Amino acid sequence: MAARQLDKYYEIRLALLLRRLRESWALFAESRIGLLGVAIIVFFALLAIAHPILMATVWEHEVYHPVIGFDASLVGHPTPPSARHLLGTDPLGRDILSMLMHSTHSEFLLGILAAVVTVVAATTVGAVSAYFGGWLDSVLMRLADLVIMMPALSLYIVLAALFDLNFTTLAIAIGLVSGLGATSVIIKAQAITISVKPYVEAARGAGGSHFHIIVTHMIPNLMPLAFLFMMFTVTAAIFSEAVLSFFGVLNIRMSWGIMINTAQSSGYLGFGLEYWWLLMPAGLSITLLCASFYLVGRGLDPVVNPRLRSR
Amino acid sequence: MTKYLTSRLFQSAGVMFVFLTLVFVLVQSQPGDYANVFLDNPRLTLEERAELRASFGLDRPAYVQYALYVKNFFKGDLGRSFIHQRPVVHVIMERLPRTAMLFLTATVVSFYLGFVLGKIIAWRRGSLVEYASTISGVFLFTIFLPWLGLMALWLFGLELGWLPLGKFLTPRLWSDAPFAANHVFHRLLWTAFIGGGFLIAATFFLNARRLPGRGFILLGLAAMLALAGWGWWLSSGLAGYAADILKHMVLPVAVLTAVSFAGTMLLTRSSMLEVLREDFVVAARAKGLSEKAIRDRHVARNALLPVVTALMFSLAGAIDGGVITESIFSWPGLGLTLLESAVVGDMPLAVGAFVFTGVFSLVAHIAADVLYVSLDPRIRYS
Repeated sequence: MAARQLDKYYEIRLALLLRRLRESWALFAESRIGLLGVAIIVFFALLAIAHPILMATVWEHEVYHPVIGFDASLVGHPTPPSARHLLGTDPLGRDILSMLMHSTHSEFLLGILAAVVTVVAATTVGAVSAYFGGWLDSVLMRLADLVIMMPALSLYIVLAALFDLNFTTLAIAIGLVSGLGATSVIIKAQAITISVKPYVEAARGAGGSHFHIIVTHMIPNLMPLAFLFMMFTVTAAIFSEAVLSFFGVLNIRMSWGIMINTAQSSGYLGFGLEYWWLLMPAGLSITLLCASFYLVGRGLDPVVNPRLRSR
Repeated sequence: MTKYLTSRLFQSAGVMFVFLTLVFVLVQSQPGDYANVFLDNPRLTLEERAELRASFGLDRPAYVQYALYVKNFFKGDLGRSFIHQRPVVHVIMERLPRTAMLFLTATVVSFYLGFVLGKIIAWRRGSLVEYASTISGVFLFTIFLPWLGLMALWLFGLELGWLPLGKFLTPRLWSDAPFAANHVFHRLLWTAFIGGGFLIAATFFLNARRLPGRGFILLGLAAMLALAGWGWWLSSGLAGYAADILKHMVLPVAVLTAVSFAGTMLLTRSSMLEVLREDFVVAARAKGLSEKAIRDRHVARNALLPVVTALMFSLAGAIDGGVITESIFSWPGLGLTLLESAVVGDMPLAVGAFVFTGVFSLVAHIAADVLYVSLDPRIRYS
């Protein structure tokens, strides 16, 4: 009997969630820039999925491997785009398209990990400091002041020199920096308005513990706003990774930034557009993927922020 | 206002203390320590190793090291650079003016440009101009900065040959100059500072008096200042050198401006649209004020506040943009120093440059705060 009731409870929750998602999507779809962003993301996601499939079927491992591949059948690398290499080869004889697609995969993982860390950090800090207030609040907010003030890229460079940064550690660092800074301040402002809502009072009156109130009443209501900032974090993470790889301070084997770094350090920049396939694909990919997540964030704005809705 | 600013200064001092502590914790938690660079040598005996570590003070307990670190920071001692073989502070002081110059010029130009353009596209909403500038704004806002820098370098430096290819001066011109480059740099900074400060003060003074024709007075004043500055530079015999530096500055400033004005522009636009709905705009229209007066004095003035707030949030980002720009254009400022020393493992210099970048950012924040307080009467009188 009890199990059946539980079943129903989750069915209701699920139905409510689905309805809310459908309404949100309708609101989101009204903004064209958000849809444009989704389209770009889907395009890159397809690239990322296609890479292992292509590697397993059409592309030979020795020639098309993104890091150690080399095409010995062609001389004079970098070679311009051809039927064999759709985007040409780089100075080390590797296939640009394969490098590009392989990197897409890791950029997504980096962005998602950083975004998840941001959301966990920002909602925790925001909810805790709004709910408890007092000295805990002022300590966390001064910390946020510090993080807002700190030039993040300079911090990552120093971190990369002190420690060994790879994709995972960099994602955690980026997530913490963006989650403890401006995001947590904005989330806290929202959390303050929630913490005075009647249902929080009611939960407290019914004897709910602090942990229970924060986890079941505050955090779910902060999630939409946090989701919005996830998008901006992904943009920041992809951008930071690309810049740091371009500087060559990360311990990463292949990424878009490293592709540009290779082109620059082997001296092909001076030829400008003559060797466009060395610079353009990677540079445009970074710009487009960063822009797409930013656009999705802008499209989500009216969903999260009712004040901005047109109706 | 002074009360608010004093409390803000105290807060900043606290933030700075936390910052110093955080840097110390980071340096302490690195695998190994500063002396590692020298310990690779297999010929060192155990005693020599211990001595070497002791000479860095690394044999003492962490809290003593922390106290020494804070004390030394306030004495202006950040250790010795391994590659430059001189105090870190000297290296930083040599390069700070160059970064300050680049950063200040780019911030002022991009803020002004972004605000003016945002004002215009907000007034022409729905037009082709608005769509074009919004789309190019988003594109510039998210563009990969190193890539844009490299492209600009290739186009203007190499293909067209209009501007120099990086560095901040022409070595051939300067090889027999009887003074250091910073001699000219400091004077350039002071010129900008005095001229800008004087103009801002004059604007505030004239606006407070509501004198008629103050636009013309300001214009005349600016022309006189420019003439005086021009005359001083020509008579000092440094003008050729200063022009060389300015020529090297054009490309970095342009690239930095291109990426950062877009954010201000988009924000000004949406902020203007918010203010347009207010009642006082209708009242101003009903009074029969000209469109230009409504736009500039009623809407833009009130739309300025959120834009300045956002400017404060983006200062750290602008400093980061400076690091990227400096490395692309080999501009030997603080950012390039940070990057180079981090790459070669000169940790005292890297950490020192980072600490100074943080302090620089803090000072910029305080300056932006003062600007905000002077713009928003609600803070001034509360």
